[in-house]
Formats: sequence, C-alpha cells, structure tokens
Amino acid sequence: MRKRSIVPILYIVFLMLPIYWLVTMSFKTTNEILGGFTPWPQNFTLDSYRKIFTDSTWYMGYVASIEYVVLNTIVSVAVALPAAYAFSRYRFLGDKHMFFWLLTNRMAPAAVFALPFYQLYSAVGLFDTPWAVALSHTLFNIPLAVWILEGFMSGVPKELDETAYVDGYSFPRFFVKIFIPTIAAGIGVACFFCFMFSWVEMLLAKTLTAVAAKPIAALMTKTASTSGYELGLLAAAGTLTLIPGAVVIYFVRNYIAKGFALGRV
Amino acid sequence: MNKTVNQKAWLLVLPVFLFVAFNAIIPLMTVVNYSVQETFGNNIFSWSGVQWFQEVLQSERFRASLGRQIAFTATILVIEIPLGLAIALAMPRKGPWVSVCLVLMALPLLIPWNVVGSMWNVFALPEIGLMGRGLNALGFDFNYTRQPGDAWFTIVLMDVWHWTSLVVLLCYAGLVAIPNDYYQAAKIDGASAWAVFRFIQLPKLKRVLTIAILLRFMDSFMIYTEVQVLTGGGPGSSTTFLSIDLFKVALGQFDLGPAGAMSIVYFLIILLLSWVFYTLMMRNEAK
Repeated sequence: MRKRSIVPILYIVFLMLPIYWLVTMSFKTTNEILGGFTPWPQNFTLDSYRKIFTDSTWYMGYVASIEYVVLNTIVSVAVALPAAYAFSRYRFLGDKHMFFWLLTNRMAPAAVFALPFYQLYSAVGLFDTPWAVALSHTLFNIPLAVWILEGFMSGVPKELDETAYVDGYSFPRFFVKIFIPTIAAGIGVACFFCFMFSWVEMLLAKTLTAVAAKPIAALMTKTASTSGYELGLLAAAGTLTLIPGAVVIYFVRNYIAKGFALGRV
Repeated sequence: MNKTVNQKAWLLVLPVFLFVAFNAIIPLMTVVNYSVQETFGNNIFSWSGVQWFQEVLQSERFRASLGRQIAFTATILVIEIPLGLAIALAMPRKGPWVSVCLVLMALPLLIPWNVVGSMWNVFALPEIGLMGRGLNALGFDFNYTRQPGDAWFTIVLMDVWHWTSLVVLLCYAGLVAIPNDYYQAAKIDGASAWAVFRFIQLPKLKRVLTIAILLRFMDSFMIYTEVQVLTGGGPGSSTTFLSIDLFKVALGQFDLGPAGAMSIVYFLIILLLSWVFYTLMMRNEAK
C-alpha cells in the first residue's frame, strides 16, 4: 500500500457516507429516525421494504422505470448506429453542422423543454405511457450515443470495410455480420450511457407521467407530501433505486473509463 | 482518417434526424411562439414582439438567477476539475483494486437525480442527519434550511460528491492511454514528478479534460432536480438557479411569455459557450 493511495481511499469514503446514511435509514422505523440521532439502526426493521414490495403503486413504479429506460436504450442505440457510421466514414453536405446540431440537444436544459413536451406528448396521445418518457429521453441520448459510437467506430481501420466490399458483402450484410461484432464493446458502452442518463433523469420523466407510468424515483416525492414524512419508506425506495445502477456498472467495469472519454482516448 | 465524400450517407443519418427533429424542433418552436406573444387565457394569443425579451433582460430577478448560476458553475468547475485530476493521478494503474475503485466511484453517477437530492437532504439535516449533526457537534452552527451560506455549501458539496467521479474516470482513461515509453524516457532523462506531469501527462490529457469541462459546464448550467429537492431554491431565493427560476415562472405562475423568452435567452447562453468549447476541442483534434 503506497502513500498516495490514501487519496482515492478518502475519496471513496466520502462517496459512501451519504449512501451509508440512506441505507441505514431504510432499516430504521420512522419513530427512530425522527426521535433523534442514531448512527445505526437500534430496532432493525424491514417494514419499509415490505411495504414497497406489497403495495402495487410502489413496485409498479419500478416496472415503469425499467420499461422506459429499456425502450429508450434500444431505440437510441438502434437509430444512432447507422448515423454514427455515416459520420465516422463519410463526408457529406452539412455533416459538421449536423453533428454540432445533434450535440446542441445534449446541451438543451430539460427545464426549457418540460412544458412543450407535455403539450406535444398529450397532443399525440402518448402522455402517461412509457413511450412518452422513452421518446423524450432520446432528445439527449441519441446525440450522446452517436458521439460515443462515432468515437469507437473511428478507431476501426477503414480497410476492414473495403476488404469486406471487395469480398462481395453488401452494406447491410457487412454492417450486421462484421462491423457490429467488431465494435461490440462500443455498443455496450453506448447502451450503458443511454441507460444511465435515462435512469437518472427525473424532470421530464415526472412531467410526462401521471399515474400509470410514474417512475419509482418520482413516487418518492409523493410520500413526502401525502403521507406525512415517512422517511424510512423514502430511504428504502431510494436504496432500491441504487441497485440497477450498481448492477449495470459491474457489467461494463472494464470499459467504463474508455466510455466516459466517449471512446476517444 | 480520410473520409470519402458520399451524399448517400444522409440516408443513414435520416432516422436520427427525424427523431431529434420531432423532439427538438417542435418544442423549440412552441417556446419561440410563446416568447413573442401575449396571452389572455382561453388560448387567445396576440403578437407582442420583443416585449418579453426586453422585460427578461432588464429584470433584476433574471440577472440575479443568472449571477447565481454563473457563480455555482464556476465554483464547481474550480473544485471538481483539479480534484478529479488529482484523484485520477493517485489511482493505481493496474491490479485488482482498479475495478473496485472504478465501480465504487461510478456509483453516484447512476443514482436518479431526485434521489441524490433526497439523500443529501436527510444526510445534511441539522437534527437527525449524519453530516448536519456532525458539523453541529464540531461547533459549527450549521442549518442549510435557514442559512443561505450553509445551503450553498451543501449544494456545492453535493455536486462535488455527485460529479467529481466523472472527471476522475475521464482523466483516468486518458492516463492509462499514455504509452509506457514516455515514462521510461522521462526516467532516463531524470525528470521530476512535476516535470512528468507538466510535460507528459497534462498535454496528453488535454482532450479528456476538454470533454470533462464541456460536460460539467453543460450539466451544471442545467441543474434542476437535485437542488429543487434539496433546498427548493431557498432559503429565500438564495439558491434559485436558472432552471429553478424558469420553472417557477412557467409552471408556478404560468407566465408563458416571459418563460418562453427566458428559455430562449438561457438556451442561447449555453449554446454560445458550448460552441466555444466545441470549436476549441475540434481544433485540438485537427492538429
């Protein structure tokens, strides 16, 4: 153990403290939480979790979240793949402007779009469905997926394409059979990022849903207002939202650093 | 890579164009519409020209929110970028601990933003939260729901907690990509640790650092959910950043005209600054 590894260790401890506090609170009773300061649960209880897993408005919030996140990831990456290929291989009229225009959508503040989105998705009859949230999240996820995939694709030498065409492959067949397997890591990373940003975004998800497709994290605000201040329940719901993220990170752990650099190191 | 000219490539981009156009152009036009019209309810609109823009640009309130927003973004950039870089430099390059470090560090990035807000809300509560209680026990008079300074401190700390890992991961990716020969050459020349950092690592990290600054700038300028859940813009309006103010105007008071004008000014500011960053980045790449 060298001296300088103290820095990452301290940093990780700092990261874990609020998480520890949230998790401990989920095992306390509301009385204990409000009654005073206890560093760990005195009366260990699973009541909060029991309530979440037996009340359908709670656990359906989970299902709704997963549903729109998965839809969004599939749509974003599927649409971004051919576009990223075009940007990485060809020069065409307005390509640079198009690329920057796409990126501007990653920069658009969700607060600006919330109200127009509400009107737009109500008008097309998608309000309060997972599709509304999934499609609205493509606003920032498609540009991001294009950016990441373009980075990974630019790392693949062009000779691969040329050899395949000489061998008589048509473009679609080459793309599916040879190119996609070659950049599989890049696709994994792009999926991870789409999942991540769709999973954490709450402003649009909340605005575009009412009852049927309300995401789990948005339900937490409800507990704070309707049933008093049930902190234990709030903490349990919060703790449960950490799990999908942790699982997904575990799968991409070896590519995560390169992915954050958008595939261009 | 030298690219060939091929106009048919547009066909490959078309699906992306359609999706993003549906999501970006229609809502943006709605906002533009609001910003130049006067409404009397009942969906009756009349032309009002640039009235709302003048009003927004001259209003004290907008300037105050913009000032707070700039102060916030500047603060977190000044803290997160050097801190992230320092942590990445101190991280082990190989071995079993690398994965563990990366997974633990990435965890805050995967937490829904309102959960981040709630988590810090309960963590910093002066009576029952670990941090609030701890600070008070150490003799600080800490109460983020009453004192603006404490609210700022909590929000900045929350953002550092939430996003420094992004900078760490980017810098780490850049550092691992530096070939070992560079370090060996530096060793032969007897270069100091500072010289290695200044003349090898920093130039090689220029690219990832630009991405980090660009992403952190954009995202911190748009911050809404975390702050809304943590402080609701208070106490008073001491932590009312642009997005929060915009939401108050648009949905709280339903002043669509000013909200539209404000949205456009807001978006243009982000666009302009991001364009500057982007051009810088692309110029680096071209070299």
